[in-house]
Amino acid sequence: MAEGGHLLVVDDNKVNRLLLIRNLELQGHRAVGAENGRVALERLERETFDLMLLDIAMPEMDGFQVLERMLANSRLRDLPVIVTSAVEGMDSVVRCIELGADDYLRKPVNPVLLRARVHSSLEKKRLRDTQKELLQRFATSEVAQDLEQSGFALGGRHVQATVMFSDIRGFTALSTTQLPDETIELLNTYYTLMFDAISGQGGVVNQMIGDGLMAVFGAPLPLADAPAAAVRAALDMIEMVQLFNAERALEGKPPIAIGIGIATGEMVAGYTGTQRRATYTCVGDVVNLAARLEAHTKVAQRPVLVDAATRAALGANMQAKSLGRTAIVGFPEAIEVFAVVNPIWA
Amino acid sequence: MTPDAIDLAVFRELQDTAGAEFVVELVDTFFEEAPLMLAELRDARASSDAERFRRAAHSLKSNSMTFGATTLGRLARSLELKGLDASPAADEAAIVALDVAWRDAAEMLRELTRG
Repeated sequence: MAEGGHLLVVDDNKVNRLLLIRNLELQGHRAVGAENGRVALERLERETFDLMLLDIAMPEMDGFQVLERMLANSRLRDLPVIVTSAVEGMDSVVRCIELGADDYLRKPVNPVLLRARVHSSLEKKRLRDTQKELLQRFATSEVAQDLEQSGFALGGRHVQATVMFSDIRGFTALSTTQLPDETIELLNTYYTLMFDAISGQGGVVNQMIGDGLMAVFGAPLPLADAPAAAVRAALDMIEMVQLFNAERALEGKPPIAIGIGIATGEMVAGYTGTQRRATYTCVGDVVNLAARLEAHTKVAQRPVLVDAATRAALGANMQAKSLGRTAIVGFPEAIEVFAVVNPIWA
Repeated sequence: MTPDAIDLAVFRELQDTAGAEFVVELVDTFFEEAPLMLAELRDARASSDAERFRRAAHSLKSNSMTFGATTLGRLARSLELKGLDASPAADEAAIVALDVAWRDAAEMLRELTRG
C-alpha cells in the first residue's frame, strides 16, 4: 500500500482490538488501541489520527457517547469513523451513522472488507483535507469553518464591518518596464505579504483584481474592534512594503508604493455566485466609500485614508488627522477624510 | 476432545490473514480473557445486572466467532439476545453449558496452536 494512515482502534475487547490492529498493520497502516471511549477521547486530544475504528458497546464511555463528543468538537468533527460492532440489530448502526459515523463493519471483521472500507475512508479524508487546504488558501480558517458549517449556503445579511481596499501605485507603468515573469513574481510576493498582514489582524481577503485587493474585517464572523484591526493591518502592510522595497533596492529594482482606503458601517454581506463557485462579498455605500478612499490616496498623497466611522473607533494609540471634507464620486455630500498618522513616516 | 468445537475453516483463515505466530498470541489472550468473561457473566447473573450480563455474553460471542468456536458463540449469542432470564436457574444452567463449550473450545485451540 502506497500510503498508510494513522488509525485509532477503540474496543474494550482485547482480542478484537489486537486482531484489528494486526490486520491494519499488515495492510500498511500504523494503528494504536484504546480500551474504551474515555481513553479514546484522551488519545484524540493528544494525537492526530486519520481514521478511527469504533466499537459501540463499551464500559465507561460507549461508542455513541464518543460520537456525540466528537460532533461537539470542531477539531474532531471531521475525523472519519468506521463503527465496528457485533451488536445485534440495525438500530444501533443507524444511530451511529446519524451521529456522523461514515461506515459500518460487522465483527468479526473480514480483512478484505476492512481493507476496502479503510481505504475508501482514508481517500475521502484526503479529499476533504485537500478541499479544506484550498479553501484556507483563499480565506482565513474562520471563514473556511463558517463556509463548511453553513454548507456553503448562499444568501445575504446585514453586517456591521470594516472594509479595506488596497492597490499598488503606478503598477501598470511598472509592469510595462519589466519582464512578465518579474511582474507575476512581484504580484505573488506582494499578495503573500498583504495576506499575512490582513489575516494576522483577523481580516479576510475576499477579492484580488490585478494589483488590487479587497478585505473585510468583522464579517462573516464578528471581530472585536474591527476598525482598529483594519488600521493595524494597514500599518503592517505599509511596513511590509517598506521591508520589501529594501530587498528590491538591493536587486536594483524600483520601490513600490501602496494606497489603502478603509471605511466602516453597515453593509450587505453574503456568499455570491453559484454552488460551484462562490465568493464572500460585501456591498453597499460603505464598500464604495472604501474603494473611493483608496483611489483618493493618490490625490491626498497619503498612504492610508479612513472615513469618520473608522476614525471614531480608533483607540488613543492610533491617530488619524482630518484632511477636511472632500467631494467623493458617487456621494451627494462632501465627506470628511482622515489620514492615518504613523510616527514612523512623520 | 470435541472435534467440532472449532470450525477449522474459520481458524485456518484467521491464521492465513493474521499470521500463525500472531494467532498463537491471540489465542493466549483469549485464554486470559474468556474465563474473566464467564466470571463476569456469573457475577452479573448473581447481582441481576442485565446490562453487564448482556455485555459479557456479547464479548464472549464476538471472540468465539473470531476463532471459529461455533458452539460457544451460538450459546453466548442466545444469552445476549435473551438477556437476563426471569428465572436465575435457567441462566445458571445456560452458563454451565457455556462453560462446557468453553472448555471444549479451549482444548481444541490449544491443540491447534501447540501443534
